This record gives sequence, structure tokens and C-alpha cells, in this order.
Amino acid sequence: MVTDTKTRRGTRKGSTSSSSSSSSSAPADPLSSMLDGTDPLSMFAAASTSETSALSHGGSGGDLGRKKRVKEEEPIGADFEPWSTKRGEILARFTTTEKLSINLFMGSDRGKAPNPGTSAVSEKVRTRLEELDDLEEGSQRELLNLSQQDYANRIEELNQSLKEAWSSDQKVKALKIVIQCSKLLSDTSVIQFYPSKFVLITDILDTFGRLVYDRIWTMCSDPRTLPDSFTAEDVNDTAKETCLNWFFKIASIRELLPRLYVEAAILKCSRFLSKSGIQETLPRLTAMIRGIGDPLVAAYARAYLCRVGMEVAPQLKESLNANFFDLLATFRQVSGDSVQRQLHLQRVEAPEYLTLYSPAINWILQCIAYRAPEQLLTEMMERCKMMVNNALLLNSIMRAFRPEFVATRATDFIGMIKDCDESGFPKHLLYGSLGRSLACADPPESERLTILNEAWKVITKVRNPQDYMNCAEIWVEFTCRHFTKREVNTVLADIIKHMTPDRAFEDAYPQLQSVIRKILTYFHDFSVLFSMERFLPFLDMFQKDSVRVEVCKSIMEVFIKHQLEVTRDPVILNAMLHICKTMHDSVNALTLEDEKRSLALLIIGFIRMVSFGRDFEQQLSFCVEARATFCNLEPVLVQLIHTVNQLAMETRRVVKGNHSRKTAAFVRACAAYCFITIPSLSSIFSRLHLYLLSGQVALANQCLSQADAFLKAAVSILPEVPRSISVEGKLRSSETFLLDFINNFLATLLVVPDHPEHGVLYLVRGLLNMVQDYTWEDNSDAKVRVYISALPLLAAMSQETYLYSIPKVDSNETLYGGDPKFLSEINKLCETLIGQILDHLKTLTRDEQSVRRQSALAFSLFGVLLAHGDLRNNKLSQLSVNLWNLSHKHGHCETRVSVRTLESIKHQAQQPDMAHLADAIQRLALQSRT
Amino acid sequence: MSVTLDIKLKRANKVYHEGETVAGVITLSCKEAMQHHGISLSMEGIVNLQLSSKSVGVFEAFYNSVKPIQLISHNIEVAKAGKIPGGKTEIPFEFPLNAKGNKVLYETYHGVFVNIQYSLRCDLKRSLLAKDLSRNCEFIVHCQPQKAKVVPAPVNFTITPDTLQNIRERSLLPKFLIRGHLDATSCVISQPLTGEVVVEKSEVPIKSIELQLVRVETCGCAEGYARDATEIQNIQIAEGDVCHGLPIPIYMVFPRLFTCPTLETTNFKVGQ
Repeated sequence: MVTDTKTRRGTRKGSTSSSSSSSSSAPADPLSSMLDGTDPLSMFAAASTSETSALSHGGSGGDLGRKKRVKEEEPIGADFEPWSTKRGEILARFTTTEKLSINLFMGSDRGKAPNPGTSAVSEKVRTRLEELDDLEEGSQRELLNLSQQDYANRIEELNQSLKEAWSSDQKVKALKIVIQCSKLLSDTSVIQFYPSKFVLITDILDTFGRLVYDRIWTMCSDPRTLPDSFTAEDVNDTAKETCLNWFFKIASIRELLPRLYVEAAILKCSRFLSKSGIQETLPRLTAMIRGIGDPLVAAYARAYLCRVGMEVAPQLKESLNANFFDLLATFRQVSGDSVQRQLHLQRVEAPEYLTLYSPAINWILQCIAYRAPEQLLTEMMERCKMMVNNALLLNSIMRAFRPEFVATRATDFIGMIKDCDESGFPKHLLYGSLGRSLACADPPESERLTILNEAWKVITKVRNPQDYMNCAEIWVEFTCRHFTKREVNTVLADIIKHMTPDRAFEDAYPQLQSVIRKILTYFHDFSVLFSMERFLPFLDMFQKDSVRVEVCKSIMEVFIKHQLEVTRDPVILNAMLHICKTMHDSVNALTLEDEKRSLALLIIGFIRMVSFGRDFEQQLSFCVEARATFCNLEPVLVQLIHTVNQLAMETRRVVKGNHSRKTAAFVRACAAYCFITIPSLSSIFSRLHLYLLSGQVALANQCLSQADAFLKAAVSILPEVPRSISVEGKLRSSETFLLDFINNFLATLLVVPDHPEHGVLYLVRGLLNMVQDYTWEDNSDAKVRVYISALPLLAAMSQETYLYSIPKVDSNETLYGGDPKFLSEINKLCETLIGQILDHLKTLTRDEQSVRRQSALAFSLFGVLLAHGDLRNNKLSQLSVNLWNLSHKHGHCETRVSVRTLESIKHQAQQPDMAHLADAIQRLALQSRT
Repeated sequence: MSVTLDIKLKRANKVYHEGETVAGVITLSCKEAMQHHGISLSMEGIVNLQLSSKSVGVFEAFYNSVKPIQLISHNIEVAKAGKIPGGKTEIPFEFPLNAKGNKVLYETYHGVFVNIQYSLRCDLKRSLLAKDLSRNCEFIVHCQPQKAKVVPAPVNFTITPDTLQNIRERSLLPKFLIRGHLDATSCVISQPLTGEVVVEKSEVPIKSIELQLVRVETCGCAEGYARDATEIQNIQIAEGDVCHGLPIPIYMVFPRLFTCPTLETTNFKVGQ
């Protein structure tokens, strides 16, 4: 008879029965006993009249929740940390290498209509056949030996097939998938993975909940979309009926866990049915969780319910509280026999097992603590205090409650942590949680030292270096925040002591780095920082190159940002040199340009902050040392040269230009430093500019031979300048840079006196020779431009007094004193140059392009002659008129420029001694365009 | 030349009470105009009784099916022979839901031995060449809710090894004590069954606590009465070794189609 009944039942409503292989749990047939006349209920009814209900209905949670009734409905604000942020954290934290299995009973569609063709076959036979079919279909799929990743993939596949089933209108299949998935949550084999499994599976449930909600939503927004704040009255009958059907279907799921989870998943849909639906369902589901025997499964079910509750009805705090109180009520089960047996079987230690609860309990408490009044939190805390083995709860309280709340009671918490059972939840985790709260909020001032002492007393006893480090890292922040370098130093010493044996630091680089970061956040005074004895030894623990450089960089960044005054503190200098050297030494052939640049910038930042005040020699010797240390980073060398040049100029300023023997020797030493440093640079323009600059500095300091050497060196490397250089990664012609440099150089040459042993205008000739021999680009006027710009120099040199001079340096004006031989030498040079320029102009006649260039060059030569030439000389005046005409011959001159030039000449002509210009103007005709 | 025939009821949930009007439309859709020999619509309410093979033996059960009892029967001609135009045609209809003669309209119920079913049937007769079309549509009848407010009578229960019946070796059983209460002994069918159960103590860990909903059907026939109890649904309320001393809720929604209020008539009885 039993078989018959079963079959019939299966045929009718197999679609909702989650397990197709429904087996009656009762060993004997309880039904037949019912027929014997003695109905057990009526029996009980008779017996129980005297026994009053000692079992209070609402359990222990009700009254408190009601007292704390929230006045107004408040939605969740942005300050509520959403589940999505916890998700990844849990997945990353709870992993396993054990093999997992998924057990699914799928694919058997017992619910499909019986085939009319087989009506002749007896029902029993048909059942058998169906069973056989099912076996063939592999309705019960058990996937064994899955790695964690496989498992996650499987779940994701299920998620996909859920969506597919839904979109292809196979609602029943979708529901089956969801039921099967939530059933997986009752399986606690490989318990370490359970939190992650929970995350994966509740994702599916969320998807399902959303699908159902959206479906019903679209059903009732047929004529027009529902407003967000709709009530049940706005929902049409069909939608209501569909919604109701879902709830009925779910109510008939046989197993407890799927029934619970799936109903929670679609809880939001209650809105379609009635206003109070959610309000009534939440407490019912909360109570239902009591039926879950495994405390871990129950805790996570509660977490899910709280999560759904916060999402759909954040104003209903009571059921959150009820959940927590139920959790407390069943908490003793954690140490119960069943659990212990399971742990023994899976070889999981109690502390590890207890940490599995943290995400769930943290979440529940976070939901409760969100915008909760202080009083409630205190009460919660008191309740937890009374529990046995409450470390786990304590931990969650410290994690979930407001840091301010925890901080003001820090001493209490320490007391409670002390009272905890050592064998249960690891204490370092408790101190870790406490430290995390104290890092954000301040405990009362008077208690701070005691707190630190108490905490550190425990932390220092943690054996496992990883655990120790995790905890110590958190407490460093508290220490830095409230205490001086002495305490921080002690902490650092302790960390070193723990992490050095067996090179434990190698596995803890992230935490160690975070320690450094925290210290740097609070200590900006580097003299204090480096006077901590243990700071540098601490840095020595970073032995992996990449990490080491990273740490050094972070220190340097803070230094540059916060060190506002130059320093000569030997402690800082030593330490910083050490750090910079570490960074510098990390540079090798494989280092990227960007990386080099950023390292160089940091080191330069340091060098700029070093100053020994009036002790120039010390500064120079620092630069010497720095040069030796940072020889691989060119920008640093460049900076050093600048520093030394600045030093020389500073010396000059101090002695007010009158060098004593000692200072003269010093500035020569500076020049020597630059002279031997510059060649080691690879960038040609850096070298050129630095030679020129150093030459100028040497000249200013009356070091004539040094200046000569610099300038000569500059001239001698001119031929090495490549035709194109790369600027910001792009190849560009070097011509403009070179022209700029030469012009600058020419201007300096005016004041450089000739070397007594070399001929007249030795440097100028040298430069011009180099320019002539240089392989300029084809079709370029650069050479001629240099010639044109050399003319003003020569003109200036032939003056009786020079336009500018350097104090205490005799320029050529005094050396030659306007000697006619010198002047004729200059004249000869001018003639040669002008001849060269004119020759070049003659070649520029081939096409439009060159004619244009010819015009421009001619005009600029005209300008030079006008400005610097003596136009009283007829030949010169004739030449300039010719040049004017040449430049205007093809109409490539800008009329505006021409007009203004003419005006300025007219203006000049009115001045005394300039009357000869008036003649010239007569002959300069403006080109008529019209 | 295909044609589809459908019956649509006005109420989405298809639930009607006695005295109300069952209203709806017959939808016909075909591509082109179609000849027919008349459309008729009938409403029927039938109680089907079947004898359990356990009570009367296999052969008797097979032959001695008790005659169905008709509770309601209406027949109307919707359209005379003629033509329906192409496209979609909707023909509205209404039936008063009144019992036939002195019969009572029982609630719709799908049981094992007793079936109470109400349906609408639409027939479309066609010429010899084309097959006749027909369409069935079940609707559900619920009794009017009781006027008098039922005062729930809570009942407490205790289960120990001693209270169990049909156990052979009582001494082999582990010791346990389970208490609990149901909020009412007679429930309103539209409301869930509620109560609590507390495991006070149990020597062995509990695997599962399940709640079984059972129906008792009694059919009368020539040889007397046949009484059978069968399971309707089974719901797990606790899984695993639950916390002792903590009340676990009992909660079950009655599956409406497969349950009905306790019913006693001359020919058959249904109880839960």
C-alpha cells in the first residue's frame, strides 16, 4: 500500500518535491496505528491540560527587541558596509585543498504527465520502469574529487543554467536547481570551505530571488509601470496568483534547509501580496532556523536571513535581534558532541573551526549594530559576557560594533579577553579585532598605556610568526597614534625578534610594509624616526629586492613631502644615504626608464634637502660621497653638479667676490669636481650645458684656466652631437637645440679672455671651425645662421668697452686695449663669415622653397648689419641695401616687419651721428604688393 | 486550417464559492473563417470514489468502482451550427454555481480514493471530415468561510519511548523526551498548522524531525466501509542534532488542492 500511495503522490506533485527518491522516514507504518482508534493528539490533549506552557512561544528574543522598537523607518545609508565587499574577502580567506563533491538529484521529471500509452501496464511495473529510466538519465549526479576552483566553476555553471532555464520558461527546472543548490549548504564535509560555499550558493539564491521578483514586477506593470513605493493594492490578480503560487510551492519543499533558503530568497516578493507579509515572515523564518541542528549551518542561515532582511526591510530590527539571541541560545552546541565528532573526523582543530563562524556572526552583528542605540549594544555585550566560551562572540562584537563603542570600553574588553578559554578561539585574533577598533577610535587617555601593555603582553607570546605579525601589524597603528618613539621602538624590536628566526619575515612582507606605512603616517620628523634604534634594523628585514625598494621609495616620498627644512643632521643623512643607496643599487640593466626616473627624482629630492650651512667643504665632500654612491643615475649626477656649482657661487657671495687663498682653492676644487663628473654623463646636451654653466661659474670665480678648459671641452664635443635626439620618446632633430646652445655659448665668449699661449680669438675660431666641419642636415641653413649670429659677437668684441664683463676678470678689451692688430683680426674674421654667408645665399635660387629661405636669411643678415655694422662705410651700406632688395625680390618678406624696420631706421636716423642712415633709407624700397 | 479553442476564467485563481457566478470567455482563434456544427459548454461537478485494494481485494477494487456522484451539471449551447469568422473570436459565458437538487457543493479535493472535481468543458462539433474539438478547464470550489469564529484549542503533547505504539522491543529504543504543543486541534484550512516542539533530551543525536500530513478517506460500498490513511505531504522541521530545550516551530501550509476540510457524507468521509 505504501508503494502505491507514494507513486500517486509522486505523479501529482513531484515537481515540488525536492527529492524524487522520497523515502518514508518512519520505520513502522505510523498511519495504520492512527487507524487503531487512539488518536495521539487527543491523547495528548487529555494529558496536557495540567501542563501549562512553560515553552514560551517567541523564545528569548522577543521582549528586548520590542523595547528597542525603532521609531521611524530608516533605509540603509551609504555607511552600511554591503555584503558585496565581504564576499571577496570570504572567498579569499576560506579556501581548501581538499577534494569537494557536489551531489545533485536532477533531471528526473517525475512530475510529467503519465504516458497514456502505458495504461495497460500495472502501476507498479511503471514505477519500476521509471526508476530504471532515471538511473539511465543519471538523475542523481554525484561529482566527486572537485578542486575548489572546479567547485566554484560548477556552481557558476548552475547559476548559468538557472538563468537559461528561466529565460526558456522552464520555471520548474529553475526552482529545482535552486533547491538542489541550497541543499548543498547542509553538507558540512570539508568544513573549512563552508563559508566560501555559502557565498557561492547564496549568489545563486540572489539571482533566483531577483528573477522571480522581476518577473512578477513585469507582470503587474503591464499597462503602466508600478511606482517604487507600490502597495499590494496596486498589484493585479494574475501577478498575485503567480506570486502566491511560488510561496505555496516553496512551502511544500520537503527539506528544511532549501525551504528556508528559497523562501528567504524570494522574500521581497511578499510585497506583492500584502503590506505586512515581510514583517510576519521574517520572525517565522528566524524561528524556523532553530530546526537546523548543525550550529555552523544555522549561523550562516541566520546570516543569510539578516542579509535579506536588511535588503528588503531594514527597519525590522527585531528579527535581527531575535536571530542573534537564538544564536546565543544555541551557542553551546558549538562545543557539543556532534560537532566534536565531526571535527575529529575531518581533523580540524577547534580554533580553526571557530574562525569559520566569524563571517556569519560578524555580519549578523554588523546588521544589528547599524545605527543601533548604545544601550542595545551594551546589552548585547552583557549577554555575550555571560556565555561560556564566548571568545568567538567577543571577536565578532569587536569587529561589528562601532569602533568608538569598543574604544571607550577597551579595558573591559581586555578583561573579557583575558577570561576567555585559551583552547578555543585564538586570542591573537581577539586582540587583532580590538586593535582594529582602537586604530579608528581613541580609548580614554588614562587607559592607553595599560591597554598597550596588556595587549602586547599577549601578542608577544604568539608563537606562529604569521599570526604574530597579523596581530602586531594592527597594534602598531595604535602605538604610533598615541605614543612616542620609545614605545614604537620597543614594538619594532619585538617584531624583529619574532620575525628573524627562520627568516620568518620572508612570508610577512605585506604586513611588514604596512607597519612601515603606519609609522610613516604618524612620524614625520625624520630625526625622531631615525633615532629609533630599531628602525634601520627593521628595514633590513626586507631582503627581497623589489619589496625593499618599494619600502625605501615610500620612506623617501614621505621625506620629500614632510621634510620642509634643509638638514645636516648626521643621523638623518646617514639613514637617508643608506636608503637612497638601496634604491640606487636596485637599478640594473633591466630597470625601466620610468622606474629610474622616479628613483632619481626621489634621490634628488633628498640631495636638495641636504645643507651644511657655512660648512662648504663638508657639503662638497658630501657631494663627492653622493657621486660615488649614485653613479648609475644620471639625473642625480646632474643635480650634484648643479649643487656644487651653486656651492661655488655661494662661496663667491660669502667672500663678496674677493677670494682668499683658501676660498680660491675651494672653488677650484668645485670646478674640478664638475670637470671630472660631466664626462660620465651620456646625454650630450646635458654635458654641453653643464660645461657651459660650469665654465661660467668658474669664470665668475676667477678661475680662468678652469673656465677655459670647460669651454674648450664643450667645443671639442660639439662634433659628437647627433643629428637627431629623442625627446620624450620621440625622435626629433637636434638642430634647434644645438643652435640655442651655440648662441648661448657665443654670448659667454665675449667675456672670456684669450689664453696667452693660444692665438687671438682662439675659442671663437675653434667654435666656428667646429661649426664648419659639423655635418649639418641637408638643406639646412643652420651653419649660416651660426655665422650670422657670430657677427654681433665679433662686433661687440671690437668695442672699446664691452657691454658686460665679469668683476675681477679682465676681458679682451683690457687685454688688447683696442689694439689695431686685434681689430683687423676681427675684421678679417667678419669678412670671411660674410663671404661664406653670401656664398650660401647665392646657392639658394633653385626653387620656391630655397628662395623663401634666401629671403629670410638675407633679411636677418641685413638686420645684423644694420644693428652692428658701421653703415658709414659705403661698401657695407651698399651690401645692406642689396640684402634688403634681395630679401624683397620674390615677395616673401612680411610687409609688416619691413615697414616696422623702416620706421625704426628712420627713428634712428634722427639721432646724432646717425644721419648717414637717412641716405640708406632712400634706397630701401618697400615692395609694392598691389 | 487549424483552430484553437480555449476557456479563460475571469478569476485568475479560479476559485469560486457556492452561489457565485462562474464567468469567462471561450476563445476561438483560426486563420480563416470556419464552418462548425455547434458549440456547447457544460459545467460539471463530480465526486469520484474508488475502493482501496487493501480494504476489498484487488478484483473487487477493479470492478466495484462506486458510481460517481454528480453534484452539479449545466449545459448550454453557445452557438448554433454556422460559421465563425477568421481571427480571434471571444464568446463570453456565465454559469451560476448552484448545486443540483438537494446536493451540497463540496470543496474541490484531489485525494487517493476520493476525488471532487469541478470542470468546464467546451465542445465544438464539426463536419465528418474534421475532428471535433473539445477543451476542459478545471475550476476550484471553496466553501464559504465559517461565520462562527473558531476558538483555537491548543494541545500539548509529550513523546517518550513509552508513548510509542506498535513497537516490538521497547527496551531497544534510546531514551528520549520530546514535548510540544499544537496551537489548535482543528485548523482553519486556509491557515497554516502551527505549534512548537521541544527536544528535552535524547540519548542519540537526532537526524531529522518531520511533520507528516495524513488524510483519512472512507468510502462506503456494498460490503461496508473502507477506510484508508495516506500521506499528503511530509515536511522536515528539523535537520540534524538540534539544540535541546529550544522550541522548534511547527509550521505547515496545507496544500489546498490535496486537502479539504473534514467532510462527512452518507457515502464518503475525508478527514485529516
